[in-house]
Amino acid sequence: MEVIVALAIGVLAGSGVWLVLRPRTFQVVLGLALLSYAVNLFIFATGRLTVDRAPIIREGVPVDPSLYADPVPQALVLTAIVISFATTALFLVLLLVARGLTGTDHVDGREPEDR
Amino acid sequence: MTLTLIVLLPFIGALVAAFLPSNARNAESWLGGVVTLGCTVLVASLYPEVAGPGGEVVRERLPWAPQLELEVYFRMDGFAWLFALLVSFMGVLVVLYARYYMSPQDPVPRFFAFLMAFMGAMLGIVLSGNLVQLVIFWELTSLTSFMLISYWYHRNEARRGARMSLMVTATGGMCLLVGVVLLGNIVGSYDLEGVLAAGDLIRAHPHYRIVLAMVLLGAFTKSAQFPFHFWLPHAMSAPTPVSAYLHSATMVKAGVFLLARLWPVLAGTPEWFWTVCGVGICSLLFGSGAALFQRDLKGVLAYSTVSHLGLVTLLLGMNSRLGLVAAVFHMMNHATFKASLFMAAGMIDHETGTRDMRRLSGLAHAMPVTATVAIVAAAAMAGVPLLNGFLSKEMFFAETIFASGDPFVRIGLPTLATIASTLTVAYSLRFIHTVFFGPVATSLPRPPAEPTRGMLLPSALLVLACVLVGVLPEQTIGPMLHLAAGSILGDAAPAFSLKVWHGLTTPLYMSAFALLAGLALYRWLYRRQQAMAAAPLSAPVEGGRVFDIAMVVLIRTCERLVALVSSRRLQSQLLLIVLFAVASAVVPLLQGPLQPAVPARTPPNLVFALLWLIGAACALGAAAQAKFHRLAALIMVGGAGLITSLTFAWFSAPDLALTQFAVEIVTTVLLLLGLRWLPRRLAVDEWRRNSLEARLRRARDFVVAVVVGVGVALLAHAIMTRPAPTGLATFFLEQSLPHAHGRNVVNVILVDFRALDPLGEIAVLAVVALTVFALLRRFRPAPESLDVPRAQREEAARLALAAGRNLPSGAMLVPATIGRLLLPLAGIVSVYFLLRGHDAPGGGFVGGLVMATAIILQYMTSGVLWVESRLRVLPQYWVGLGLLAAGAAGVAAWLVQAPFLTSLEWHPTVPVLGDLHFSTVLLFDVGIYMVVVGATVLMLIAIAHQSLREPRRATSAAVSTRDDALGPVAEVER
Repeated sequence: MEVIVALAIGVLAGSGVWLVLRPRTFQVVLGLALLSYAVNLFIFATGRLTVDRAPIIREGVPVDPSLYADPVPQALVLTAIVISFATTALFLVLLLVARGLTGTDHVDGREPEDR
Repeated sequence: MTLTLIVLLPFIGALVAAFLPSNARNAESWLGGVVTLGCTVLVASLYPEVAGPGGEVVRERLPWAPQLELEVYFRMDGFAWLFALLVSFMGVLVVLYARYYMSPQDPVPRFFAFLMAFMGAMLGIVLSGNLVQLVIFWELTSLTSFMLISYWYHRNEARRGARMSLMVTATGGMCLLVGVVLLGNIVGSYDLEGVLAAGDLIRAHPHYRIVLAMVLLGAFTKSAQFPFHFWLPHAMSAPTPVSAYLHSATMVKAGVFLLARLWPVLAGTPEWFWTVCGVGICSLLFGSGAALFQRDLKGVLAYSTVSHLGLVTLLLGMNSRLGLVAAVFHMMNHATFKASLFMAAGMIDHETGTRDMRRLSGLAHAMPVTATVAIVAAAAMAGVPLLNGFLSKEMFFAETIFASGDPFVRIGLPTLATIASTLTVAYSLRFIHTVFFGPVATSLPRPPAEPTRGMLLPSALLVLACVLVGVLPEQTIGPMLHLAAGSILGDAAPAFSLKVWHGLTTPLYMSAFALLAGLALYRWLYRRQQAMAAAPLSAPVEGGRVFDIAMVVLIRTCERLVALVSSRRLQSQLLLIVLFAVASAVVPLLQGPLQPAVPARTPPNLVFALLWLIGAACALGAAAQAKFHRLAALIMVGGAGLITSLTFAWFSAPDLALTQFAVEIVTTVLLLLGLRWLPRRLAVDEWRRNSLEARLRRARDFVVAVVVGVGVALLAHAIMTRPAPTGLATFFLEQSLPHAHGRNVVNVILVDFRALDPLGEIAVLAVVALTVFALLRRFRPAPESLDVPRAQREEAARLALAAGRNLPSGAMLVPATIGRLLLPLAGIVSVYFLLRGHDAPGGGFVGGLVMATAIILQYMTSGVLWVESRLRVLPQYWVGLGLLAAGAAGVAAWLVQAPFLTSLEWHPTVPVLGDLHFSTVLLFDVGIYMVVVGATVLMLIAIAHQSLREPRRATSAAVSTRDDALGPVAEVER
């Protein structure tokens, strides 16, 4: 399982970086979304993978850390998910406004010919 | 509290002054008068305390940041008292003078506000008992001086002079800060008293020379000492009251004040002697020489100030206690006669309209009182007997004679002192003779007349002080001088007597020689008036030009550096960031081998592998298609997000799975709304696309992406196959139930243990939502996307038909019906998630997102108009109330003196319901819920509204080209 998750993170991060380096704003927004999946999964994975051990204290189960998933990376990622939603929204609107102001969707606000 | 009040009062006055109307000259003057007079009275009232037996020190300590052992510390000893009195009393006179000097057209609030702020800062320097605090006030005086020099900022030379003075004095202030920090490190305390008691330690320390250099740089730049003197003449473009106050009487004295303050610590070494004396004598000679060749009245006075401050510096540098006393004495004397002369120069400028000495002549007839005042003050400056300047000059001469050392010093010093004094006499004579005597000038801009009494009075009072001190020194300044000397030197204070007549001594002969020689020099120069036109001394070493050139070089170099290392292109910046991230991940790995890996903890699962086969395909597909097939790429990104969410669910993170799932829906809707405003699909430029440059760039990016992907995968795998460290998990798991009464540990961490994080996060969310709202209010879409898409046009027509009807007709009938039925259900689910969050997966974030999705569904199925005519609560209010609720939950802890965000609990027993459990944590989670709902809905509505209002604006333009313009947008959306 660890190999699969690691590969998944790698594919997401690689695709994200590729898109982030592209010249069109929409590509960059999608790239950031993919990158945020990769980063969230990565942080989550630092808590190690466990199946059926959600960090919710159950009756009759002793409070032993080895019987529960690590809650700290989960708490970190939970806030990160909402923040990446906010940044995606902000970037999308910046994209639209920049598009309206500059007439192009190139990330530099002008087509490369003008350079 | 008195000391604090003395420093605070001017700042309060400055604040009040800044808000008075701009023509309130009288109100400003009254305010300034009350503040300065109040400070003077307060300072004077402390005399009995300061002058008590044994030199008492008044101390006031206020806590500032006790955890860091920082405090505001004001202290007043005899020396500080003398200076504080000088600063505040001079303030009274300058405010009075400024009332009549400033013209009704000048915006006085700015002037008085900065003047009083300066006074507060200067008093802060004088009364600081902590060296870092002193530096802060020191920089404040530089800033206020900058604002006052540039008061008439429409004048080029005012801006230039202000900039120059700020650059020089602020750079010096930085050096001083370095010196002070070093001093504090050596002594182990920034307390002035601690530092003063550690003189031997500091002088023997290996860093002594660095400390000395840094402190001297600060002092010399502030006191306009050679070679940093050049800013002072340029500062003369300030209004004359400012020149009289800051640039002669007080601020420029801050440097020599500091040298005297630290004299017991830093002085006494050869390094001190040679540097301070050297700089002092250069400034003394250069200043008095340059003053002789100025054409501007204030220029003469500025260079004269440089020279007199040089004299004070020289006295301080001689390592003699009597020299220190003479230095303090001369600081006071110089302040009185020079401020008076500046005021006289200002009156002449005010009444005649010019300060050019070539045009001024014979003013004694029209302005007899001004002339008398100026003549006496100038005589004091020249060191004529029975005036205060004479006394301190005699002490100075005596010191130069008794300076020990090699013959070069023994003979050279008195000779140079006499030469400088001769030059002083000559320029004082020139000042008086050219302006007040000779033929009556006829070509003046204004006919001269005596100024009003309000302007004459401050100047006359200062001259009176010159005479009183000059005639009765022991009775007037004597006690204060003894007090000041005693407070600097303690028991080592020397005995000295202030007498007008010491007998026929060498200093007297030197004085007499200087007076006669100065007279002769001026006569000789007067006869060759042509020679006066050029300034032989100052022309080749005009510091201002050097400064300008240095600034230009500095700015150009910076511009080149910026051009060299930075780019305006986002792509190269992002590439740099990615490469830097890769490097910062690789470098720690090179430090040493990793721990040995442990076998995989979870066995592979075929279903999971297939899931991620789809996920990876989605990610790669999105990466490939994002440029030309936006909708497809967006759907694939959503697919990758869903698989991510399933992964969370698979590996024991139900909260994350829920949140990711809800966010995924909202993000996709958001991006779908944005697609409509993107430009039409670009025509593929095959030539550009296949050019070598483009291919190389893509190859480079591909390699970077692969390196990042492989690197992150390896890193993730390496982490997951190592044993987990025992981190914070144990603590949170063990404490969650007993202390926070919650079973869902993730939720407990978020809303209780680490509640500050979500508080910051919802604040970010609110800010983002408002930013989106604000940005889109002024949104101007690109012209080609203004056209209304076909579906929307048809919809608009249908809506117009169905204005009275409740349900939309046509294709939207079924979704709208289902959506409306779902709304209450979704609301219940969202509240359920919110309430159960503490014990089971859920919480404010998920609940809020579910509610937001339900509202958005209404917008999508029933149209903006229908929803908004029925929506009673505006999302802005949700955001605001949510923030308030979360904040209130945090602040509530203060009621029981607990730290911010501590959870409070309440366990009432209600007859029917039994034991209940309430907690501020719930309030906090409700706050999160409301902010999430409000912010999400606000953002989506802001984007969705664009399609509602654009058609109106675009109608006229769009109607004609409707059919052929339809293509591109529809194509993008397809």
